[in-house]
This record gives sequence, structure tokens and C-alpha cells, in this order.
Amino acid sequence: MRVMAQIAMVMNLDKCIGCHTCSVTCKQTWTNRTGVEYAWFNNVETKPGVGYPRRYEDQEHWKGGWMLDRRGRLVLRSGGRAKRLLSLFSNPDLPSIEDYYEPVTYDYDNLVNAPAGKDMPVARPRSALTGEPTAITWGANWEDGLGGAPENAGGDPNLTGAWAEKVKFEFEQTFLFHLPRLCEHCLNPACVSACPSGALYKRVEDGIVLVDQDRCRGWRMCVTACPYKKVYVNHVTGKAEKCTFCFPRIEAGQPTVCSETCVGRLRYLGLLLYDADRVGEAAATPDEKDLLDAQRGVFLDPRDPDVIAAARGAGIPEDWLAAARRSPVYDLVVRYEVALPLHPEYRTLPMVWYVPPLSPVLDAVDAAGGNQDDPDHVFAAVTRLRIPLEYLAELFSAGDADVVAGVLMKLTALRSYMRERALGEDGDEAVLKAVGLTAREATDLHRLLAVAKYEDRYVVPAAHKEDAAALTAMEERCPVESSGEPAEAGGRRVMLGIPTLRRTTTGGHA
Amino acid sequence: MNAAFLSPPAAAAVSGTDLLLWVAVPYVCLSVFVVGHVWRYRQDQFGWTTRTSQLLEHRWLRWGSPLFHLGAFMVIAGHVVGLAVPGSWTEAVGISEHAYHTTAVWAGSVAGVAMIAGLGMLCARRLLNRTVRLGTDRSDKLLFPLLSATVLLGITATAAHNVFGAGYDYRSTVSVWFRGLFVLQPQPEAMIGAPLLFQLHALTAFLLFAAWPFTRLVHVWSAPVGYLVRPYLVYRRRAAPSAAPGRRRSVSGSR
Repeated sequence: MRVMAQIAMVMNLDKCIGCHTCSVTCKQTWTNRTGVEYAWFNNVETKPGVGYPRRYEDQEHWKGGWMLDRRGRLVLRSGGRAKRLLSLFSNPDLPSIEDYYEPVTYDYDNLVNAPAGKDMPVARPRSALTGEPTAITWGANWEDGLGGAPENAGGDPNLTGAWAEKVKFEFEQTFLFHLPRLCEHCLNPACVSACPSGALYKRVEDGIVLVDQDRCRGWRMCVTACPYKKVYVNHVTGKAEKCTFCFPRIEAGQPTVCSETCVGRLRYLGLLLYDADRVGEAAATPDEKDLLDAQRGVFLDPRDPDVIAAARGAGIPEDWLAAARRSPVYDLVVRYEVALPLHPEYRTLPMVWYVPPLSPVLDAVDAAGGNQDDPDHVFAAVTRLRIPLEYLAELFSAGDADVVAGVLMKLTALRSYMRERALGEDGDEAVLKAVGLTAREATDLHRLLAVAKYEDRYVVPAAHKEDAAALTAMEERCPVESSGEPAEAGGRRVMLGIPTLRRTTTGGHA
Repeated sequence: MNAAFLSPPAAAAVSGTDLLLWVAVPYVCLSVFVVGHVWRYRQDQFGWTTRTSQLLEHRWLRWGSPLFHLGAFMVIAGHVVGLAVPGSWTEAVGISEHAYHTTAVWAGSVAGVAMIAGLGMLCARRLLNRTVRLGTDRSDKLLFPLLSATVLLGITATAAHNVFGAGYDYRSTVSVWFRGLFVLQPQPEAMIGAPLLFQLHALTAFLLFAAWPFTRLVHVWSAPVGYLVRPYLVYRRRAAPSAAPGRRRSVSGSR
């Protein structure tokens, strides 16, 4: 047993209102620079929808993640080592900027400099790549709230199989939910494995996957290998950039920016202890549908004396072990098993998990003429939700609808029980028992999911004092230093948060 | 040192210009090449990259880049054989002068044409595609013309003298001069009689060596062959104090 700690995230999708505050604050923190205009370390997708970049979940096309070869060995879907080196000159599976979108800025100058005239001046969009006027035809969030769904959402790669016929995009027949996505900081990261330079790495202490900007040589294999398409090429520096899990904040014991600013309070951060020796074996589980259990099997119980002893032996400090015992992520993922990974079939063992959305279930009971307080009626309604279980199963359980149904029934039972309690009744523990919860556990889970206090959602132990010298060294550099263009000697640069690099028309330096 | 290895082809008068062109310029360029690389490697790890533009344009690159790179590998291999291996060595292992030249001309032509075609496509996309053109920095504006000139002069010299011409045995002149530079016994006289195209090709090549450390060509030295034997997963401890230098400014990042 080789114990490692990982800071992991769970998102409760029932609470996501799709406000994009996480995306915007993340962008302002990390990617408001030239070269990464199109990069969204965190984005929020409307599901069903094609996602960002377009149809990124179609691994037959994009070749992301891992698969098993004929002999059952784990191999990168984009090919082995030799093939990777042969595709260095031109990577056949790299998304182009059209698969993301053409980043734009606006001609704000015109608002103040336009000559007097009859019409209000407008700020026309200009391509951030060419500086020329352009038409905006796609974006990172083009399909928000099912915008354009009748034309586009049918392209969602998850809509396969006969059941997909049931998914309609007509008003009053459709469904949607929001899916916030960021780097999964996988246990078995394909991007790290594909990097020819060895510039991508997983940190031993907290499992955060980072790009060493000084070692990246721009071979762009990580972009292809990541099945979630969460590594981006900075087209000015020619280097890969990705979500950092806000490591400077995590090291200080603070939640990531996306978590901190989440108005729906749906994100949870906490430690998971795992056995690094079992990662490869779990990722190579033959049946895709067993991957969820295999990954849960890699996680270690932070209360188990053997685990604690092994963790101490591995140098994990006591306060981290204490934090692991209080981890909301451990509770949601392992203890209550209400959180599920996104696309476990990619075999990367992702570490950002999701509590699947349940919202319209009580409406569904009413619509079916059932009694909201009768657990049988409620459980039956779960299978008739407007969001087909099969769709959620494609996302969260490699197509196993029973897994998703189990989680949704657990949440339904919890809701039903706590509703009775809130109305002053005793609550029917038989409902809880049916889903394997005790009254005490139900109260705890309810507190975690519904009350969701800040200190319960984020249990982030600070990095250790012993490492203070290393941390100080990190602080000496600014992680969001302006890219590309060095400041002109004597000239003062005005940072406007819009690209100056490409703007040749408005004076200044080209 | 083997006398045959360095035998001067003819005793010719060596002028000051010849000394400048065939001794001073090469040594200055090679010094810049070496010192420049050391400096760039130590100062500018952040700028040490291929500067890929595949994200912005991939249709031309799909063909141009593999053609150019594979052609370049063959051309470089051909130069190593042609310049570093004396004719007496190849004859010693039973390869006649005629056989050698026939092979060299054929293989060299294929490689050269592939390299020219690839480089042409890469230059074309750089000039014609607006996003790529705007992403072209000062070092590229030096590198692309210099590289193109070197390659074009090289293939023109081969075509003019060895494909369509009477045949020119550069192994007894250019190669002798080239080897002389590296054993610190420069023989400028070996180069005096060489045809103008070969002389120009040699000069632009040395200028290219001088420019090398300051351009994207440095990515050549990062060819990731170690990837073939490395374990897939890379774990690292949080940066140790000594391994966290302040980020330096990119050398070629300005435009």
C-alpha cells in the first residue's frame, strides 16, 4: 500500500443554476491573457448539448483517454509511444480553433471616437486572432439554457442508443441541467502519460496535475490525450496550460476560486486518501461498468488504523490525516456513495465527482397522480423522470442506469424523510432503510447537501510549514504575468484585460 | 592526424577575404552557436518551445510539417555522411566513387524535394494565413528566410552541378574545409576553388548556425526520445526551493 493524498471536488448538480460565476471568476484569475482567450479552465455546459470544445466526448473522433487493447492492457487511445513521436510534426487528433471558437474583443474605441452622427455608435466584434471585424458564430457557452438545441443538441455524443429517441428538444417536452467542468486531476491522467517532455506531472502531496511551463516544449500531445479537453495550447507562448486547481490558494488552505465564488454553494472540496499502487489495476478493469467500483476501491478509509499507519509512513502529516477524516468528499463519494465520476469509461479515474440532478422528481410524482409522501410512488417516479436515467448513466456510470437510479432513489428517500421531519412528523425510517441510510446518517447527509455550511463544504488543509521555503520561492513570481510581449523599456503598459498583442490598427506596438 | 584525411587539394593563394569568409566567419558563427545555446538554455526555458501554431492552422501543416521534418532528417543524415566521412573511408569499405555519387544524388534529391516542398508549404501558410502571420515573431522573420535561402542554395547547387551538370566532387574540397574547422586546422584554400553556389550554401549554413540558438530551432535539441522508455505516470513533489527559479523573460517572445 502506497498512500497518497488528493484534494478532490464534488459538485451537487441539483443546485447548479448555470450562472457561470465560476467560469468568469476563473477566467479573470487565470486566463484573461493573450494566447488563452479561448481557454476556459472552468466552463459550464448545458446538457444535453455538444459541450466545449464541440463534441469533445466523442472519443472515437478525438482519441482522448485510455482504452484496453486486445490483450486487456491499458493503452492511450491516441496511440502508443512510437506513434506519438511520429505524430509530433502534425498531430492528427488536435482540435483546431474552429472546434473551440474564434475569440473576439470589441471595438470599444468606436464608442468614444466615432464622429457625431444620427446613430448611436456601436462596438463591433473583432477577432482577437486577426484584429479584423468578425461575426460571432460560436462560443464556449453557445448553447446556454438549450439555446439552439433543436439544431445543435442532437450532436451530443451521449445521445446514443434507442432511448435517445425519447429526448426531445421541443418546449415543454425537453429537459436540461448544467454541468460545470474543470480539470479532473485524474488518478491516472492521460495528459501526463502522453507528454513527451515529461512536463506534465501529478503532485505527490495533493494530487494536483500541473504543467511545468519551463519544461513544456509545445508538442501538444496532452490536448489530444485529455478526454475532457481541459488542457489548452497557449497560441502565443506555444505551451500547454490547464486548470491548476488554484494551487496557490489550496496551499494556503483556501478553496479554489470556482468553489469560493459558487453562488449555488454546490461545490465541495476535501481530501481523499488513495492507494497509488492500485491505480493502474483499477484503470484496467475489464468491464467499463465496474470502473466506478474499482475507483472507489482505490480510495482508503482515513479512519482505518492500518491506513493511518501507512499514511504516516508515507509522510502525510497529522493535520492532513485529520482533514481526510473530516472530508466532505470522502463522505459523498465513499461513505454515502451519492457522488459519481464524469465518464468513468475514459479510464483516467477522474477526481471531480458529481451528485446527479434530481430536481423535478416530486413534480413527476404529482404528474403521475402519486402521493409525494409515499416512498413507493416517489421511487417509481425516479424511473420516469424527464431526464432519462440512461442519459445520466452515459455521463456518470458508463451506461449503467441502475447506478444512477440507486443514487437518485437515495436522494429521493432523503428528501422525503427530511420533508416529513421538517413538517414536524417523525419520518418514516423504512424509506431510509430501503436505501441503506440510518436516521443519523440522513441528518448528516442532509446537513452536508442542503445546509452546506462553508466549513463543511471546504475542508482544505494548508500546505506544511516545513515546505515554507518552497512556497516562498513560488510566491516570488506572479502566476499571471503578462505573456508574450515584454514591457517596453521606459514605456508604461496599461493592462486593460483585452488583447493588445494583436491590435495593430489602434496604434501602440504591434 | 591522418595526412590523407586533411590533404589540401591544391596549393592556392589565400587572400584576406578568403581567411575572413572561410575561417573567421565559421568560427564566429560556431562560437555564437555554442555560447548562444548555453545562454538560452540557462536563461530562457520558458521560451524554449516549438512554438506550435497547429491550433490556428492545420490544413497546410498536415502535409507541410511532416514533409519538411522528414526531408530535413534525410538531408541532415546526408550531410553528415557527405561532410564527415572522407571519400577514402567509403572506398575502403568497397563503395566506389560512382556508386556513392549516384546514391547521394538520388537520395539527396528525394530528401531535398521533400524538404523544399514542406518548407514551401510552411512558408506559404505563414504568409497567407493571417492568424499565423500575426503570430510570427522577430526570430521567425530571421529564421524562415535564412533557412529557405540555405535549403534553396543547397538544392540548386546539387541540381546545377551534380544532377544536370558534369558532376562536382565536393568531398575533396568542401568536406575537407569543413572537417578542417573541427579539428582546428582550418584549410581555407580547400574552399577557394568551389563553385559559387556551394560557397554561398556554406556561408548561409553558418549564418543559420549562428541564428539557431535565438530561434525556435532550439526545439531540435528537445526531441523527446526519452519518452520511449519513461514510465507513463510522472509524480513530482512540490517544488523544492532550489527548483523554483523566478520565471525569466522570453528571448524570442517579442514581436
